[in-house]
Amino acid sequence: MDYHATTPMDPRVLEAMLPYFTEKFGNAASRNHVFGHVAEAAVDEARETIAQAIGAEAKNIVFTSGATESDNAAIKGVAEFYRERGNHIITQATEHKAVLDTCKELERRGFEVTYLPVDRYGVVNMEELQKAITEKTILITIMTANNEVGTIQPITQIGALAKERGVVFHTDAAQAMGKLPINVDEMGIDLLSMSAHKIYGPKGIGALYVRGRNPRVRISPQMHGGGHERGMRSGTLNVPGIVGFAKAVEIAVEHMSEEQARVKALRDRLQEAITSNLDEVYLNGHPSERLAGNLNMSFAYVEGESLLMGLSEIALSSGSACTSATLEPSYVLKALGVDEELAHTSLRFGLGRFTTEEEVDYTARRVVEEVNRLREMSPLYELAKAGIDLKSVQWKHD
Amino acid sequence: MAYSEKVIDHYKNPRNVGSFAPEEENVGTGLVGAPECGDVMKLQLKINDQGVIEDAKFKTFGCGSAIASSSYATELVKGKTVDEAFALKNTQIVKDLALPPVKIHCSVLAEGAIKAAVEDWKKRKAAKMKAQAEAAKEKKPVAV
Repeated sequence: MDYHATTPMDPRVLEAMLPYFTEKFGNAASRNHVFGHVAEAAVDEARETIAQAIGAEAKNIVFTSGATESDNAAIKGVAEFYRERGNHIITQATEHKAVLDTCKELERRGFEVTYLPVDRYGVVNMEELQKAITEKTILITIMTANNEVGTIQPITQIGALAKERGVVFHTDAAQAMGKLPINVDEMGIDLLSMSAHKIYGPKGIGALYVRGRNPRVRISPQMHGGGHERGMRSGTLNVPGIVGFAKAVEIAVEHMSEEQARVKALRDRLQEAITSNLDEVYLNGHPSERLAGNLNMSFAYVEGESLLMGLSEIALSSGSACTSATLEPSYVLKALGVDEELAHTSLRFGLGRFTTEEEVDYTARRVVEEVNRLREMSPLYELAKAGIDLKSVQWKHD
Repeated sequence: MAYSEKVIDHYKNPRNVGSFAPEEENVGTGLVGAPECGDVMKLQLKINDQGVIEDAKFKTFGCGSAIASSSYATELVKGKTVDEAFALKNTQIVKDLALPPVKIHCSVLAEGAIKAAVEDWKKRKAAKMKAQAEAAKEKKPVAV
């Protein structure tokens, strides 16, 4: 139930990878012997598969260690390359930390960053985006779908606006790849971050799409040495990882519509089973425009970490402060305007390829049980049931 | 987060969960924390005329270690005098439950809840005695 964090490798992916650890161990950059040729051919084929999945050309796929590196390479790469043109970057509040922290680093280096707010469902406002663009804007970076609440952004509209204003558009598609149809040309995407381990592929491999024409987009490399990946990312290619990534993409794309329909049906079943058995449960995120496998809910009067602890046999994640070292509840929920007290009571369910109906029913039953048990123990529930408005209570902050 | 067995035990089998009936006398209530901070503890102590804590109950909104800290606090204070209870330090809860550093906050809250409950009881007692004294002066019977 935590498929947003990572996914188990599909056995077909592992099978495709195995030969590249042993007999096909060559370095794809060794051009003068057969071991290198075998590895290079595998990488070429993989590049083609991944490119096709997003409507791109193979040569515009740059392999990286994952979406975090892709985000860094895209944002820092554009910032450095286009610095003479401008120093302004636009992003939004619920981006993954790989984007937000990279933008913060660029602020330290003298760039200006606009962090657009989102509405209560987590969607950016197109008018505000339009207003935020200035002559100095060189990059818009907005994720395809959110990792906590699953909200899908209006990527096609953003891409069209970016194109109209001559601004480079990057999107982190780590959560969306293989789950939503993506076409970089139709959606006006210039740079797109991908990750293999979110789609039943191996950890430690990902890619960045870098537009090659209409217009050609340039990035300054963040990794130097050897000039691999057309100079954009040096380092010996992770051949088994790349082969596994491509296999994962191939399976995801081939079965996308039926798999997403199945996962959505399971997610809706879970949501229905929970909401029909508990009162004061609130959905976080967009009611319809969200990833099929995502369900993020707040369970009023029950603190998220204690709920996770009670459900320790189920892999889940919480937006509660107590699960993190920072003691701050989820910044994503905060950006959606979720009350802090409700942010502390949130759980994220992530469903995926191997989730079964039995697991869903078990999870729903256990969640209802634990929420009821903890509510009986909750002074807030007691006060609320006595008709006291919790907002009117003078709490002793310490 | 790796919790000690004691924390897990108190979380799974919390002792003395509940509230005293509102009409019960000699009860002091401590309510500490805030919902937006993610912890609220309500600790109630039933204290006899000799100042000994006869019973304790709690309700907690908070993480596993907050629940465990308050559950353990009810065990600690039972049978103690109010002064002994007031003198209890959060460090004892930290030690006995082996709380990790990020959860020390929970024990601070539990100590605060005990102190607040004792103070509430003292305040109620003082109010009651004042009412009795005034009633005696006016030679009127007083309902307590």
